[in-house]
Amino acid sequence: MSASSQLGGSSSRRPEPVEGSRPAELAEAPATKPLRYGAWYVAEHRFRNMRAYTQTILATSIGNPLLYLYALGVGLATLVDPGLGAGEVSYLTFVAPALLASAAVTVATEEFTYPVMLGFKWNPVFFGMNAAPIAPRQIVDGIIISVTIRMVVTTIIYYLFMLLFGAVPSAMGILTILTATLTGLGAGALIMAYACSIREDKGQFAMLMRFIVLPMTLFSGTFFPLESLPIYLHWIGWISPLWHGAELSRVFAYGMEEPIWLTVTHIGYLVVLFVWGWLAARRITARRLNK
Amino acid sequence: MITADNLVKKYKDFAAVDGISFEVAPGESFGLLGPNGAGKSTTMRMVGAVSTRTGGSLQILGLDPNEYGPEIRSQLGVVPQQDNLDTELRVRENLLVYGRYFGLPHSYLRPKADELLEFAQLSDKAKARVEDLSGGMKRRLTIARALINEPRILLLDEPTTGLDPQARHILWDRLFRLKEQGTTLVLTTHYMDEAEQLCDRLIVVDKGRIMAEGTPASLIREHSSREVLEVRFGSDHNARAAEQLAGIGDRLEVLPDRILIYSANGEAELAHITELGLHPITSLVRRSSLEDVFLRLTGRTLIE
Repeated sequence: MSASSQLGGSSSRRPEPVEGSRPAELAEAPATKPLRYGAWYVAEHRFRNMRAYTQTILATSIGNPLLYLYALGVGLATLVDPGLGAGEVSYLTFVAPALLASAAVTVATEEFTYPVMLGFKWNPVFFGMNAAPIAPRQIVDGIIISVTIRMVVTTIIYYLFMLLFGAVPSAMGILTILTATLTGLGAGALIMAYACSIREDKGQFAMLMRFIVLPMTLFSGTFFPLESLPIYLHWIGWISPLWHGAELSRVFAYGMEEPIWLTVTHIGYLVVLFVWGWLAARRITARRLNK
Repeated sequence: MITADNLVKKYKDFAAVDGISFEVAPGESFGLLGPNGAGKSTTMRMVGAVSTRTGGSLQILGLDPNEYGPEIRSQLGVVPQQDNLDTELRVRENLLVYGRYFGLPHSYLRPKADELLEFAQLSDKAKARVEDLSGGMKRRLTIARALINEPRILLLDEPTTGLDPQARHILWDRLFRLKEQGTTLVLTTHYMDEAEQLCDRLIVVDKGRIMAEGTPASLIREHSSREVLEVRFGSDHNARAAEQLAGIGDRLEVLPDRILIYSANGEAELAHITELGLHPITSLVRRSSLEDVFLRLTGRTLIE
């Protein structure tokens, strides 16, 4: 028996409401819209939450590129040997695509950590969503949608500043908005899965930042090429989504030369990380909400 | 509206709900009465289609929650034991955001949110922060939120636990109005006065099982006497006095702080005690309540 026929059967026994009537959307086909658009409703909710810190978002979206591009591209560049593995391009051109990818990762680490843990624990809105027709997987999807949109906006602003500083020689550079966002998702989805699993706050996120995210940023060929590090440190770059994202972005930003298989590997690695984290987050959330 | 048959929820070896069967009819106000840890909340989560049962069968609005979770939940209103309002949003925003989860358009939600704020007596708090509300106000907001989709069944898990008496009465009044409007209510409580006020019919639950079922009045009639005489001799003397009281009334219940004497006529029993030369420090004659039913059925008080 289909859902609709069962529902039709039971609705005939429904008592007449005294005042008001059930909204037509629900009376006709309960849960059709939530089943289809549930994740978007969750994203909508997240955007409402973000409004509370709009100013911070704007300030960092504009301040970061301005500060970093100026300090590194104009300031530090005078001290850095432009030939240092960066090939023919200026230091600014070399560092800008990596900074862009790094900006997306920063958004990801902000949005996939505390807001996720909060939703389970201190401000347990996920339980409320789940008591409404929203499924656990839609909660995860909705958060990812909202963070992706925030990353795209952040990287677009960043990209505009890069253009302003003259840091993007290639017309393909526009694609770095996508590669940076992919980097953020690759790095962020696993962080989200981890955040979903945290039951007691013992400062895990601070540890994560200090001992994983920061070292990865420093040793991922962001500020200098990975090749300039001793060979025994290269593995940090290879496993770091940021290294893959930075290299990928450089390919599009100024046509950095690398074998095509390596470019494909960058994309593949980031996609695999993202899908892995995403599915894990869905699984953990479903288990945690179904008490 | 709801049919549960031999419903079971096990966590590893522990059965939180251990074979519960009940039915709820349209427009009925149905209660689960029991102490903390009796399995009431677990039952409510299964009925709310968010917790998967481990045994038995369950139909809500004619649907199996294992297969039609979202379809069922779109027709329920849920007031959980712990408020899960979004404390980062304002009062009215909480209603709007929640309504969106049912796929309801803003054009419906805006006037509906105002109407519900009126109902919850929170109109002047529409723009307040959730954090700034009192416990009773938060509870009323949670109830208002649960009504945003005009649910066919409203589930309330311990709606007034932790509230002061005045806040409880305001809440009861609101729930009573819903009941009058024909909303089907299912609620859990460990307050017998709440169960008596709000429930047409209830089950008494303990350790995951049903101890008794019926209307508050029939349960009292069946499992208790008409009146209860409570006497106190001081904590050190209650047990000794109880020995002398043997045979008085239909039944005796010795609690640490007082002795309960079940009888059709409490005053007569009190006179009887005085004739025996016993002089309780305090005495009180009252009607039997669900608390007495629970004590009789389980040997324990509801709030321990």
